[in-house]
Amino acid sequence: MMIGGIDIVVLIATLMVASTPILLAATGELVAEKSGVLNLGVEGMMIMGAICGFIAAVHTDSPALGFLAAAAGGIAMSLIFALLTQLLLSNQVATGLALTLFGLGLSSLVGQGYNGVKPPPSPDVNLGPLEQIPVIGDILFRHDWMVYVSLGLVAATWAVLRYTRAGLILRAVGENHDAAHALGYRVRLVRTLALAYGGACAGLGGAYISLVRVPQWSDGMTAGSGWIALAIVVFASWRPWRVLLGAYIFGGVTVLQLRLQAAGIAIPVQLLSMAPYLVTILVLVIMSARRGRAAMGAPASLGRIFHASS
Amino acid sequence: MLRLEKRPMPSRFWTAVTPVLAVILTMVAGGILFALLGKPPVEAIRVIFWDPLFGANNFYTLPQMLVKAGPLILIAIGLSLGFRAGIWNIGAEGQYIMGAICGAAVALAFYPAEHWYIFPLMVIAGALGGWIWAMIPAVLKIKFGTNEILVSLMLVYVAENILSWVSFGPLRNPQGYGFPGSRNLQQYPSAHNADLIPNTGLHWGVVAAFLAVIGAYVLLNRHILGYQIRVAGQAPRAARFAGVSPSRLFAFCLGTSGALAGLAGLFEVAGPSGQLSPDFNVGYGFTAIIVAFLGRLHPVGILLAGFLMALTYIGGELAQLSLNLPSAAIQAFQGMLLFFLLAFDLLSNYRVRWKEHAAKEIAK
Amino acid sequence: MKRRTFLAQSAAAGTVLASGLATRAMAADPFKVGYIYVGAVGDGGWNYQHDQARLAMEKHFDGKVKTSIIENVPEGADAERALTQLALAGNKLIYATSFGFMDAVIATAKKFPQVKFEHATGYKLAPNVSTYSARFYQGRYVIGTIAGRMTKTNKIGYIGAFPIPEVIRGINAAYIAAKKVNPDVEMKIVWAYTWGDPGKEADAAQALIDAGVDVLMQHTDSTAPMAKAKAAGIVAFGQASDMAQYKPTPRISAIIDNWTPYYIDRTKAAMDGSWKSEAVWYGIGEGMVKIGEITDAVPADVKAEALKIKDEIAKGTLKPFTGPLNKQDGSVWLKDGESADDGTLAGMNFYVEGIKSDIPK
Repeated sequence: MMIGGIDIVVLIATLMVASTPILLAATGELVAEKSGVLNLGVEGMMIMGAICGFIAAVHTDSPALGFLAAAAGGIAMSLIFALLTQLLLSNQVATGLALTLFGLGLSSLVGQGYNGVKPPPSPDVNLGPLEQIPVIGDILFRHDWMVYVSLGLVAATWAVLRYTRAGLILRAVGENHDAAHALGYRVRLVRTLALAYGGACAGLGGAYISLVRVPQWSDGMTAGSGWIALAIVVFASWRPWRVLLGAYIFGGVTVLQLRLQAAGIAIPVQLLSMAPYLVTILVLVIMSARRGRAAMGAPASLGRIFHASS
Repeated sequence: MLRLEKRPMPSRFWTAVTPVLAVILTMVAGGILFALLGKPPVEAIRVIFWDPLFGANNFYTLPQMLVKAGPLILIAIGLSLGFRAGIWNIGAEGQYIMGAICGAAVALAFYPAEHWYIFPLMVIAGALGGWIWAMIPAVLKIKFGTNEILVSLMLVYVAENILSWVSFGPLRNPQGYGFPGSRNLQQYPSAHNADLIPNTGLHWGVVAAFLAVIGAYVLLNRHILGYQIRVAGQAPRAARFAGVSPSRLFAFCLGTSGALAGLAGLFEVAGPSGQLSPDFNVGYGFTAIIVAFLGRLHPVGILLAGFLMALTYIGGELAQLSLNLPSAAIQAFQGMLLFFLLAFDLLSNYRVRWKEHAAKEIAK
Repeated sequence: MKRRTFLAQSAAAGTVLASGLATRAMAADPFKVGYIYVGAVGDGGWNYQHDQARLAMEKHFDGKVKTSIIENVPEGADAERALTQLALAGNKLIYATSFGFMDAVIATAKKFPQVKFEHATGYKLAPNVSTYSARFYQGRYVIGTIAGRMTKTNKIGYIGAFPIPEVIRGINAAYIAAKKVNPDVEMKIVWAYTWGDPGKEADAAQALIDAGVDVLMQHTDSTAPMAKAKAAGIVAFGQASDMAQYKPTPRISAIIDNWTPYYIDRTKAAMDGSWKSEAVWYGIGEGMVKIGEITDAVPADVKAEALKIKDEIAKGTLKPFTGPLNKQDGSVWLKDGESADDGTLAGMNFYVEGIKSDIPK
């Protein structure tokens, strides 16, 4: 299927891979924000995940252990954030920014000596006959297993938020932490767990860059993916399936503009690069204008400090 | 068990003591980090915190602290007004970029003519550029209730792409051998924001930062608008009953912070930096958010916090060159400093008490 | 705050230092050399190569030279301060390794007439400022030849960082060489708008691969395109460093930035007083550009051809930009036998005839 010199099937298949890091990170951040915490340290958690995963995979020769270590690294970072914002009641915006600064520095220190090292390969999953289905097989069934994990996480996040008691509590805490507290829910614990999930997902996203997509280690290699993840959560108006859509759009625009160039079509690169952000603003405006805050999905307590006064 | 009790007013004592405590703890933790990296910890701490202020070359490093702290303070003062009122502009980086672009564009439009009014026009354009960029989230918030945190953040990326575009396109130096970046405004006398007294680092941006500190102090303590800002932040519902118009407050706080960030960008591009390039912005807009919080949103606190941040930058460079500390270690160190400062803020806003004790007091 | 003026201070520092040198034995103190890098030395590319050369240089002088670095220095005001800090710390020779440091170098050099500055890839000189750059396009001509011979689809992919003369020159050189050995060759160019964003480079490589290229060249720093080339079973060339971990395929050769000999020469010159301000543009002949080992994945005759071209470029008998050559629009650029002058090469902002896409404006 060719449109304007671009093979749409290949385009979709590629953007799924290219978007996986931001999809993972955004899914995690969504849960954290749903619980009412705005963690701007996604970039810092991603880069720590990238290096922890890389080191573990190189030394154990196992990508799976690498991803585990990456999740652990992300969780460790998120717990610093949780300690500061939940227990010590610090401002979330400032703490998140500090977390990114800290993560970028620490990852570079930990990663000294890993330049030019090649990690063990993460092969594509063999799905046998499924791969042979025309079009769909090419798009969906020829990826490495982390792509499927990321899709699974989106589905699981959606299901848990929507259908389980845990999801209900999480949303209640994010909507009105004082009421949730009055009902006897442990606001800080819920938020810490949500943050840890966010950290784990960000770590996985980072490791996907350093272990699968690139694969190599270099300083600052996440190159702003964490910030894009934050934008995607907003774009998605805090809904898991829309996060998937948002991640594919954001990742897809980059892939598309590179492909248009490869096809010899002159495009204003900067205009295309800023387009997703403009669209995000537009989405925000439309949603807030049309139905007000409640329908928008923005957790009402987002970014506010919780302190149980009674 | 320990529990926290919110103070009715932040404690003046702890507000003054906690930053000192935090810095001391950072020194200890940072010392451990440096020791782990095989560097002499005490010397490293001395180089970072002492040498820029009192070292052999402080005739150079002290003015440089002004250069580094100026934009941070100028932006942070603007942000703090909004933060106090519960209005979250985190897109100062974008407003800084737009101010620089607009200001530089005015200068380049006049190039090479020399007139006294070019620089004032640039200043107006810079402030206007930042103001407009900040008014986008303000208007969207007022008209549609759109979340300003997110819109202002998104606009940073838009601004970065515009910066890249003008550096490669319309504002590119025609004599620059095809490299991206504008002409160097330092070599254009009418546009150059030079040191007012040579080699002091005191350029118009620093003057503006000091004026902003004074202005914010007066506004918050002596002016009805400052009172409204404080009320809106502390008790939003009460503010509404008191006749504070949220729309006006939004427009004022976002607009002011945008204009100040735009000014910072203009003074930087016309002064210390000299030219627009795709990498012109170095994160002042984001660091200023941290500075605002480190300064506890208080004008004088922000002044001090700005200098503290500047100190760690300049001390960090000294540590790199004299002790071969990697710049990443400095970054991690700055991160730790912020963690400690933010964490200890708790003590100024809350009382830490034993649970039994508190219970007894309630029982009385 | 002390109100002493800066120039008086540094001048005083200069005289104190000079008299100190007169009385003290010079050999006792190591000669201090400073470096500033625009990125982290751990970037595995441009800055990494400069830093490796610095370490090799320091080792070469065996204790007689002491180097210091400041990394992650943003261009602009921060660069000028970093340079000044290095000068104040007593470094007598300072290497500034990024184009964007240019104005900062010139400004700092004015303040420290007794300190020597070396600025990489710039074009502004001063009595105490030299510039140095490498004729990477010579290397690209060599690997362009290999690329032209190796491609079966007649499509070569090229990942460019930014549309600036340095990169455009490389594209033209590679294309001219490839076309000479394979008239049907087509060059597909993708601009990444970054020097090092591994994820984006991977996407760019994949886009080119899916567009049908079977030889990949890159002018960005990371090994991400290599990994994509390996997965696709095509060949590619190392950039900046050897990228030896991808031998024998996909990496069939490499263009290596080799700054070490230059750093040794210039540091020695600064130590013995023979340092002069020059604009140096060295290539394969002087050893600043090295061609990494051509692996056995390349047929022997192609390898021999490439090595022969390399030798001829080194000797100066072959110049990559020699007429007849037309610009992309068909106008005559170089007449038969005429070679491009360095000025034109330095500011090159056009493609040669045959390249289909346009340079982004």
